[in-house]
Amino acid sequence: MGGLYFDIAHLFAGGLVLISFILLYQDRLYALLNVFALQAFVLALSVAWQAYVQDAPHLYITAGITIAFKAVAIPVALHRMVARLGVHREVETVVRLVPTMLAGIALVALSMVVMLRVTGGADPLAREDLAFALSVVLLGLLMMVTRSNAVSQVVGFMSLENGLILAATGAKGMPLVVEISVAFSILIALIVIGIFLFRIRERFDSVDLQVLDDYRGEAR
Amino acid sequence: MSGLIVYNVYAILTLPLITAVALVILQGYRLLARINVISSFLTFLAALTLFAYRPETGPYLLVDDLNIVFVVLNTFVAFTTSAFSASYISHELETRRLTVSHLRFYHAMYQLLLGAMNLALVANNIGLMWVAIEVATLTTVVMVGIYRTPAALEAAWKYFILGSVGIALALFGTILVYMAARPVVGEGLSGMVWTELIQHVSKFDPAMLNLAFVFLLLGYGTKVGLAPLHAWLPDAHAEGPTPISAVLSGLLLNVALYAVLRFKLLMSANPGAIAPGPLMVSLGLLSLIFAGFMLYRRGDIKRLFAYSSIEHMGIIVFAFGIGGAVANFAGLLHMTMHSLTKSAIFFAVGHAAQAKGTQQLAKIRGLTVTHPFLGWGLVIGVAAIAGLPPGGVFMSEFLIVSSTVARSPILAILMVFGLLIAFGALLLRLHSVAFGEPTGSREPIKASYLPMIAHLALVIIAGIYLPPPLVAWFQHIAASLH
Repeated sequence: MGGLYFDIAHLFAGGLVLISFILLYQDRLYALLNVFALQAFVLALSVAWQAYVQDAPHLYITAGITIAFKAVAIPVALHRMVARLGVHREVETVVRLVPTMLAGIALVALSMVVMLRVTGGADPLAREDLAFALSVVLLGLLMMVTRSNAVSQVVGFMSLENGLILAATGAKGMPLVVEISVAFSILIALIVIGIFLFRIRERFDSVDLQVLDDYRGEAR
Repeated sequence: MSGLIVYNVYAILTLPLITAVALVILQGYRLLARINVISSFLTFLAALTLFAYRPETGPYLLVDDLNIVFVVLNTFVAFTTSAFSASYISHELETRRLTVSHLRFYHAMYQLLLGAMNLALVANNIGLMWVAIEVATLTTVVMVGIYRTPAALEAAWKYFILGSVGIALALFGTILVYMAARPVVGEGLSGMVWTELIQHVSKFDPAMLNLAFVFLLLGYGTKVGLAPLHAWLPDAHAEGPTPISAVLSGLLLNVALYAVLRFKLLMSANPGAIAPGPLMVSLGLLSLIFAGFMLYRRGDIKRLFAYSSIEHMGIIVFAFGIGGAVANFAGLLHMTMHSLTKSAIFFAVGHAAQAKGTQQLAKIRGLTVTHPFLGWGLVIGVAAIAGLPPGGVFMSEFLIVSSTVARSPILAILMVFGLLIAFGALLLRLHSVAFGEPTGSREPIKASYLPMIAHLALVIIAGIYLPPPLVAWFQHIAASLH
């Protein structure tokens, strides 16, 4: 495996982490969805590259599904939903921007330190892919924690799943799970879009979870 | 007939699926509820035949001593809960909290959940196990939100977010296990087959396994409801239909626990890896003591018992963390007893809440006077879950404490402290619910007491007399768990 293969794989994985950072500070829903689509697109490129490098044609299917669903279908659907709900101008973050970014940097540093130290035995491509993947996962988690809006939480979760797919495709020859995890990310997205947003809108005319927090059971 | 037995493991997987499809197609809620019960019963029978015939281990499915216990318990409680659900649901239909189309959906999801849990238990492939637990989580999310009240939606949303995060962490851990296995076992399917992993685990890179276990423990630990990852559990129990609370507490928590146990076995078979015991002991102890204190200030009866489930899962994880033949035996026994007792309590609580038209503890009082049968059932159930003799929980808790004293007296003191706190809270609440000044409706309700009686009888019989074959069976498993 030559240096170029390695560098390109790195480029894509590093790009995913970068886009996760961009996701963190988006304060408009449309922009958030666009950036998410971009992340899904880069993920698809990364998966396709892994398919080529590892000579694993089934990964091309994963890449195709990622492009079709995560980069196109889901952002478009969410776009429509946001427009219909009329919430396209608001995203308020619970924690302010600077602490969030600093926390993000700290999480990336943490995942690098942990992963590179622990995975000394594995081959370099896989271990650095894993470190990047863990960063994306942790940044996705951070995003879910700092947002109070249902749509941005879902986007945070899907970006977290992107990290998982990066990890799964980086692990050479990993059976089953790639296809299955893609199928499940679709299922999750469907459940979220179909049931929760629909029902939340039906009840409150709002998708802000802060409204929901007022209904905590203990307060009765 | 005897030729059919070789398909038993496929039966417990496909029967719920076929039934789920049938339940979507068919009409009439009475018929649906009946089919639900019959199919659950057949699944239970199929699970019983696993004792007589054990299918060969393949790359996807595995039946061994450990998971037979889980499968049989799972299918049994699922069967009794489906019987309870039939009477519970018809009341919900009368009070118009649910519509007929909701019910069709509810029953189909119930079977899907049952099938997914069975698959998670018999999966030999850690990827397949992950998928099954994810499906089970998603079906319960939908069912928790089925009443569509604001509180139910919030509970479902919280459960969905926390459950997905947990499940995502578990997937990352699963990938790490595969990465650790790859240099030794080789690429492809065998790197995820549990029986292959356990054979070769001693040669895996310990650092990688350590990291994987942390992710797996946190991920599946979220599903077990261990503090501080428990936040979804009380809401999900309180806001969903009560049969689902019973299934969540009695079964789904066990399934996640089973996953943790499998990976604990992997860890302890590798000499270089950290010991998983202390991690599990501290998480278990934290859950026990935390939930013990939280029990005092509950205003909602289902939330109260949800915290009690966190407490008991803490005890079970603690017992398996301590390890050794006696503690493992006690952990298995405690898990069985908790499933039976807690679902019996939820059966009683479900009907009590329906009779009084509320879930608030302050408004459910004097149940032994207004609804004697229900009230006394609840008294027996709560006394058993609080650890009073002669319930089976008393015996398992006694065994856990006594085996801990031998290892580490300080841990034993902490454990007893947690148990006493929870005991106090439960008895305090029970006093007002069962014997307080009677309030609310005295109307008798249509309820099926049989599932509750069956569970409580089993728990009390187990507390007085455990059949020697069962003891030998559990001891055998306990020894194999290290």
